[in-house]
Amino acid sequence: MNVSRRWLEGFLRRDLDTADTARRLVMLGAGVDAVEALNPGLDRIVVGYVESVRPHPNADRLRLCLVHDGAEGMRNVVCGAPNVTAGKKYPFARIGVTIPGGITLERRKIRGESSEGMLCSARELGLGQDHDGILELDTDAAPGTPLLEVLPVSDDRFVLDVTPNRPDLLGHKGVARELAASLGVPYRLPEIPGATGSGLASLRRVHEVTTQVDGVTVGTEDVAGCARFTGVVVRGVKVGPSPAWLARRLEAVGARSINNVVDATNWVMLELNHPMHAYDLAKVRGHTVVARRARAGEKVTTLDGVERTLTADMTVIADWGGAVGVGGVMGAANTEVSEATTDLLLECAWFEPARIRRTRRALGLSTDASYRFERGVDLWGLAEAQRRCVELILATAGGQVTDAVDVWPEPTNPPRIFLRVPRVAQVLGAELSVAQIEKYLVALGCTVLNKPDDSRLAVDVPGWRPDLVEEIDLIEELARLHGYDTFPIDLRPFRVGQVTESALDQAITRVRAGMVGQGLYEANSLPLGPAEGEDAVKLLNPLSAEEAYLRQSVLAGLVRAVEVNWSRQVRDVRLFEVGTVFRNAAEGGRPGEASHLAAVLTGARAPAHWTTGGKGDDFDMWDLESLFRAAVALANPSAKVQVDAAGWLALSPEGRKVGHARRLELALPAWAAPVFGLELEVAGAVPSPVRYQPLPSTPAAWRDVNLLLGPATTAEAVITAMRAAGGELLEGVGVQSEFRSEALGAERRAVQFRLTFRAPDRTVRDEEVDDLMGRILGAVEQSLDAKLRTS
Amino acid sequence: MPDTAELEARLAALQAEVGPLATLGEKDLEAAEVRLLGRKQGALTEILKQLPGLPPEGKRAIGAEANRVKQALEAAVAARREALVAEARAAEARAQDRTMPGRDRWTGAVHPTTAVMEEIVGIFNGLGFARATGPEVETEWFNFRALNFPADHPAMDMHDTLYLDLPERRRGDDRRANRSSGVGDHERRGVPDRRVRPEGRYLMRTHTSPVQVRVLLHNPPPVRVVIPGWVYRKDTFDASHAPVFAQIEGLAVDEGISFVDLKATLAHFARAFFGSKTAVRFRPSFFPFTEPSAEMDVSCGVCGGSGCPACKGSGWMEILGAGMVHPHVLANCGVDPERYTGFAFGMGPQRIAMNRHGIHDIRLFYEGDMRFLGQFAGGVTP
Repeated sequence: MNVSRRWLEGFLRRDLDTADTARRLVMLGAGVDAVEALNPGLDRIVVGYVESVRPHPNADRLRLCLVHDGAEGMRNVVCGAPNVTAGKKYPFARIGVTIPGGITLERRKIRGESSEGMLCSARELGLGQDHDGILELDTDAAPGTPLLEVLPVSDDRFVLDVTPNRPDLLGHKGVARELAASLGVPYRLPEIPGATGSGLASLRRVHEVTTQVDGVTVGTEDVAGCARFTGVVVRGVKVGPSPAWLARRLEAVGARSINNVVDATNWVMLELNHPMHAYDLAKVRGHTVVARRARAGEKVTTLDGVERTLTADMTVIADWGGAVGVGGVMGAANTEVSEATTDLLLECAWFEPARIRRTRRALGLSTDASYRFERGVDLWGLAEAQRRCVELILATAGGQVTDAVDVWPEPTNPPRIFLRVPRVAQVLGAELSVAQIEKYLVALGCTVLNKPDDSRLAVDVPGWRPDLVEEIDLIEELARLHGYDTFPIDLRPFRVGQVTESALDQAITRVRAGMVGQGLYEANSLPLGPAEGEDAVKLLNPLSAEEAYLRQSVLAGLVRAVEVNWSRQVRDVRLFEVGTVFRNAAEGGRPGEASHLAAVLTGARAPAHWTTGGKGDDFDMWDLESLFRAAVALANPSAKVQVDAAGWLALSPEGRKVGHARRLELALPAWAAPVFGLELEVAGAVPSPVRYQPLPSTPAAWRDVNLLLGPATTAEAVITAMRAAGGELLEGVGVQSEFRSEALGAERRAVQFRLTFRAPDRTVRDEEVDDLMGRILGAVEQSLDAKLRTS
Repeated sequence: MPDTAELEARLAALQAEVGPLATLGEKDLEAAEVRLLGRKQGALTEILKQLPGLPPEGKRAIGAEANRVKQALEAAVAARREALVAEARAAEARAQDRTMPGRDRWTGAVHPTTAVMEEIVGIFNGLGFARATGPEVETEWFNFRALNFPADHPAMDMHDTLYLDLPERRRGDDRRANRSSGVGDHERRGVPDRRVRPEGRYLMRTHTSPVQVRVLLHNPPPVRVVIPGWVYRKDTFDASHAPVFAQIEGLAVDEGISFVDLKATLAHFARAFFGSKTAVRFRPSFFPFTEPSAEMDVSCGVCGGSGCPACKGSGWMEILGAGMVHPHVLANCGVDPERYTGFAFGMGPQRIAMNRHGIHDIRLFYEGDMRFLGQFAGGVTP
């Protein structure tokens, strides 16, 4: 909503400081997105009086003027405008003045004659496109008077961000009312230049659905969609351009001047938040303008020239021949006011907000009118709007009101709300006196009706505040007008609740910290993408076909991140993410959600360093294995890691697959390294605390043994066999190295194991260990395809 | 028989060797040490070997003198050796280019969004708020109706919603899904739901506020929770909008909670998060689920309040929306709004992170660019 400072000044009958006004509006809840100075740079332009005009001796099109600008003497001014006339006044820019276009005037000679300033056109001052001649001023002001005292064209535009609950702020009157309450001053409608009133003391109230107004049937046959319909007939108007003050004011708030009649209706909308519509009576068919339900499939060509197909849920305004407008949204071209129009029907009606919202959404047609009706205009303010509109039309287009009716089949009153004074303190934490409460409510336009006792007030709210429907709404108003900043900041004792952080949330925090400890960066990827599986959850209204499903794996997003890094020549990528995945439940209904951890590794295992010639190893499967085990321990500690064909799996105690880790087969750039990835469900389990193991107090003994393993013999099998044979003295078994060569045969390999022996209570003896090693080797060689390698 | 005088002379000669030790190189020092102090044939040892043959007085005198000379020699050798080591180190240092880069290791980092979220959660933990979370798939009832969004109301325009291509939820659906799907329902989030209500269509939650509803439905007041999570809007991805973004919400409900508590709690948070000198201001605003509703601004961290491009000259940064929980919301959650009052607030940790780090494009948060994420490797980790 664009608001003009001058318009507000008209309501408040006082000058407003722009910055102070913006601050007050912000603190009252009307966000000010911007304050724009309109027509800046005019403050040094003055009224100049042209004393005489004579031809330029050296140029046919130029003239020499003597200009009186209030200072002593006369200025010689060379002027090229055809309309410069002696004895008239024009805007004058002296030497040294910068005009709005950015030009600073200098003393110069034009074709041999010196010029000491400039008489300005409207365009040169940024006041319009008229460049035909200089701007003639119709004023009694003395030469030298600042132009802005003669032409009140400088203004400030406040661009307000009006919240959807405050339709009253979509009109200048509503904004003025807020400022009046803040400043503690009265407000009333600004005077219209040259207006003598509307002559409409009241509109003829009719409780039927339709009636006649000067021979035209008007009304509402759709009371649910259009509760009230006022119609005024004005005959004998002369449609033409609006006067400059009106056009300029509309331009100040970003509206385009069209003609005096349309401008009057727009003025009323911007001033009182009542959208109105003017019909050319001569074009109305069958002397009828009535609101009714649209027929399904009914067509109407709206003012924007688009033919629209209506549904039975919409309200139209119709004449005998069909729709002449979509009620509350946009009029139709067929009854549009034109230069030839002489007789008008002015409509000011009230349309049901939810209906308007559905209609404009269905038609894809949001207008200034629909925007306002959707938020709620003042059902009880239609007559004031009609009077204002008539006053403007009579003042700017002439004519005469012949009849005025107010069709309101089921009249109602604005709601009455009971306000309990103690409840105010309960919610706000500060006591307001009854006198303060009354003062604030009255400033909003409420009537505080009776006070059965001091703890309960009956409040009749004004029609322009459809957001005020119950007690809490009034309490917010009191807080607002009292000033949010006036309530103390006083941190008081509180009771804690019973909610505790869930095991899953705790697990996610642990997982994050653990993955950071592994040297990975956390990524956030979009959880939207293409379908990944049969049970992918589909969006009804996706942003794009590529983002039509909810993700089923977090890893897919990290793979995309790897590709982004590659595309930017980044080779080393180590990322993890904890995020939600979704799948449709087999039985329908609510889709399943689970938290997953995913990680990717590719590129250098450690940053390159010059001491090793800038070379180092890349991540391989064994880095992945270690990361996966660490991840399982953090995220899903009850799961078991198993080898599978492609890498590793994690299985829950019930045997359900809860994670996997593998090398990812991607289309790599030539310089990229292999990519490894893992994905794992995060279990919402509280891990049992670590049990401390007493530290050994006796020395250990070690033996290395090199075994030649057959193709089917795994390290895990060897270690298991060793442990079984080694008994209590065998503390641990590690793998030291693996060796393959052609000499060993294609499928055989030599693996060196290191066995650690320790007795908890004494030093183990060498002979004892040698003896045990013999037995261990015997058991391994007997049960597995494994031989001691001797060479 | 050894001659005491001669031994004295030899000892004196050894004493004279102490001084020159300070100028020897490493090899000469080692040779001198062997020559003078060697256990088997060192000069001192040779003298001591003679001791048994001396008369008792001579034995005492020569023994004492030999000990003194030995200590002096040993000290001189040790001092010289230390000096040589220091000299070698200094020479090494002179030869080294200490501007050559050190050996780095990969270090991890949480996402800057996580860092901000965890910091915020931590501050509210200290104010007695426990973390609560909820599902990202919601129904119209939880996301809108329970939160007092009227149907067909312009307030819905602020929440352009992504709906799921699923049939409307049937009554009692929640319970069935809980029992049979095993994962993914709010049961796993610790907030069971066994009620039956007109749920409406399935959608991606547009804010974290439905978790308020879930918490209130299942926990009698007092309630104090802080709710981080991801929310979805049908917004085109651009520099300032993402279709999925982070939010943090908070809720306090108890007897006697007022607007004063709201202001005090959030002002405390602002000082804890943005610094103790931070000024706050509260402006009226509108949210369907709170009334009175407010927005909180903090003094601009860049200019301190005097106005700069970062705050568009206003001196203030809009940080969060808040308000007293609307009585309808409490009633919808089975909480008596006459007895209990409460406040709620919500903010966008990504916007806060963008302000904090001077990031102008939210899309950077979603790319996983290592060079971007690596810049926060020294930041706050949870």
